[in-house]
Amino acid sequence: MRELLRIRHAANERLAPARVLNLVVIIDREWRGEIANRLERAGRYHASRTVLCSVQEGRRTLDAMASVASDEDASGGGVIHEGVEIDLGPGHLPDLQTIVDPVLIGEIPTIVWSPHGHEEAVRALLPLTDVILLDSDEPLEPAEALARADALREEVYVIDLAWLRTTPWRERLAASYDLPSRLRALRCVEAVEVGHQERSCASGLLLCGWLASRLHWDRVHLSGGLGMYSAAMSRADGEVEVSLRSFEQEAPGLVGVTVTGGDGSSLALRRGLGGLDATEQLADGAERRWKILGASRGESGILGEGVRQALLRDPTYLPALKAAREMCPI
Amino acid sequence: MSTAAPLQITGSNPLVEGLERLPVHPTALVIFGASGDLAHRKLLPALYNLAHEGQLPERFEMIGVGRRDQEHEDFRDAVIDSIQRYSRRRPDPNVLGGLLCDCRYVQGNFDDDAVYADLHRTLQEFDEQAGRQLDRVFYLSTAPEYFPVIASKLGAAGLDRAADARTRIVIEKPFGYDLASARLLNAKLLAVFQESQIFRIDHYLGKETVQNLMALRFANVLFEPVWNRNYVDHVQITAAEDIGIGSRAGYYERSGALRDLVQNHMLQLLALLTMEPPTAFTADRLRDEKLKVLEAIVPCAPEEVPEMSVRAQYGPGVVGGEPVPGYREEPGVSPDSRTETYAALRLHVSNWRWAGVPFYLRTGKRLARKLTEIAVILKPVPHLALQSSGSVGIQANQIVFTLQPDEGVSVSIAAKIPGSRMRIVPVNMEFRYGTSFLSESPEAYERLILDAMRGDATLFTRNDEIEALWGIIDPILEAWALDTTSSIPAYPAGSAGPEAARELTGDSRMWRRL
Repeated sequence: MRELLRIRHAANERLAPARVLNLVVIIDREWRGEIANRLERAGRYHASRTVLCSVQEGRRTLDAMASVASDEDASGGGVIHEGVEIDLGPGHLPDLQTIVDPVLIGEIPTIVWSPHGHEEAVRALLPLTDVILLDSDEPLEPAEALARADALREEVYVIDLAWLRTTPWRERLAASYDLPSRLRALRCVEAVEVGHQERSCASGLLLCGWLASRLHWDRVHLSGGLGMYSAAMSRADGEVEVSLRSFEQEAPGLVGVTVTGGDGSSLALRRGLGGLDATEQLADGAERRWKILGASRGESGILGEGVRQALLRDPTYLPALKAAREMCPI
Repeated sequence: MSTAAPLQITGSNPLVEGLERLPVHPTALVIFGASGDLAHRKLLPALYNLAHEGQLPERFEMIGVGRRDQEHEDFRDAVIDSIQRYSRRRPDPNVLGGLLCDCRYVQGNFDDDAVYADLHRTLQEFDEQAGRQLDRVFYLSTAPEYFPVIASKLGAAGLDRAADARTRIVIEKPFGYDLASARLLNAKLLAVFQESQIFRIDHYLGKETVQNLMALRFANVLFEPVWNRNYVDHVQITAAEDIGIGSRAGYYERSGALRDLVQNHMLQLLALLTMEPPTAFTADRLRDEKLKVLEAIVPCAPEEVPEMSVRAQYGPGVVGGEPVPGYREEPGVSPDSRTETYAALRLHVSNWRWAGVPFYLRTGKRLARKLTEIAVILKPVPHLALQSSGSVGIQANQIVFTLQPDEGVSVSIAAKIPGSRMRIVPVNMEFRYGTSFLSESPEAYERLILDAMRGDATLFTRNDEIEALWGIIDPILEAWALDTTSSIPAYPAGSAGPEAARELTGDSRMWRRL
């Protein structure tokens, strides 16, 4: 790697190696292409050094390859990103730390992402890990996925793609209720209905958990079945009916959110083209509709955002996660 | 079941904590001069990018005001064209369509009452559609002579305030032509709007590197101990451009380098570099500190101007291997023009921290290359036992903030050349944005438009700051204006500037190489 950097720098001394973070990805060998594509499409949010560990059933030997790539701007300057790909077998996973540690850049944070499970490898890498990137929307059941995130959170900082899928919704709800007239309505919310794509129940639960934790609702487990769950939760001076409903939708994540106040007014946000479609129902029955602009980030954009979030700390995820677990259908 | 403390919603929004993007209330943005160059190259693409990233308020309406006779659809088409040409990302048709589906155009002269009546009607229409009064931002992207006209007409039409929403006015530089005109402009604006409603944009302040100056100074213990007269030998602030005046002769002939860059951008950089730490990063605390340090810069007496300042014009030369004309040969420039295209100053900040430290500022057109930087040159070590013959030798440590082209910070230190002898050479420790952050810096205008809509004036210039800035420059402008006989030095286009600038630094100091 040092030699590759030396050669690249000698060819263009205005290129400098990126020194932001390491990303270690543990994948099943047969899905290597798909994961490589997802990483490639993550936009500009590339790790400084990506260590791709491809696990191949039956493999007993190690194989590795190093590479460097640069994106040069018009003036010839730019940043070099480094890649290391290691082919290994399941038998190597318990001691993966000893394989990965020597190829990491020191003194910068390390993120670990293991989209195909391999809990053993994740555990082995914990001593080297600053941030775990995971997705509570898959492949586990929501209760199990949220419990895993909560357990890992005891040891490292967790970035949950299921949580990041809720970011535009949280931002929009926060902005909508920032208006003094609506802020008053937060005191007397009577119902919240969250719609999610079938496989994104954890995202839905995290959004409910965020509202419950920010607004100090008492939490109980949701009940129901066939993709429809609900429960009444106590808040100061009343109750909130929280409902979670699954919908068919191509894109993972949320489908819509409706918040209803005690006076019969409501604000509904629905996923639409070019942003969220908003519908406000007033207490007197009048209705207004408008579009809240924003381009979809897509799944690759969310992955890129996950990498970027490694430099930040969100104090609201953990309370939302705890609340989501308390609300998780039994 | 968990038990939670009862929620006390007072004035603050409990949903905002932890979010990167703070809420912006529903807003109608009115751009005066909407068919102008700034609007099309900067403002409209910035608005699109804000929309793309979901940063505009939940309800956002836009009205363009201009003299060009055109229909709403023509304006919309022109906006689409600008966004497609100048946006930093390829527009998403759905977002673009949503942004412009109801944008309006109001045609007329800025002093015509009918324009403001039309504007009033359109804003009311938007309010009715939204079911609430939208906040109003009037963005004056016009020639400066229209600022007082538009402000006064807005006031006369009752558009300077709204019962249930906030009203703000944003103006672009230049904020006056000299101290007297700046005071007059402030007085005219303040006759209609309160200072808290006025947002004077200096787009330099929206640049990440400029804001990072404060982060580096006030979030690191490393720099503060040497940030004073005991350790700093001098400071050089450079804003060099390799281009000429292009098609801006009309503006530039009246402005010149001193007004164009020094009075605003460069003195703002000087203020941020030298101010005391603000007690809080809020608009008025920060601007109070900037004002204090600007007021500590003693303006030159008329007789000091020749030894404290240098002006020059670019002559014919070669840039990038191509011959280029001199300033006086540029289209639209008078053959006997005395407008400076290069200005250099030596200033002193007369306070406890900076007494005796010279601050050198230089800016110019058609210089050797495009570069904006602040270099803090420290004093040399008091005794050096290490140096031996055969080495470049030691140079004083330099801390250099580069704003363009490569945003970053470098610190030069002395290091030993590998080998058996103790030979010293300066080396650089560099921090470049691209190598240490994943995020792309937003365009300065994106940040500043959003701040204006949000009402955060931290990165905008206050009226007393403007007057303090002109107070520093005015004596130099006056002295230069009075001197109508001495020749203006010329420097070849593509060079590092005039020879006369060397005298400004004296024998013991040298300008950094461009």
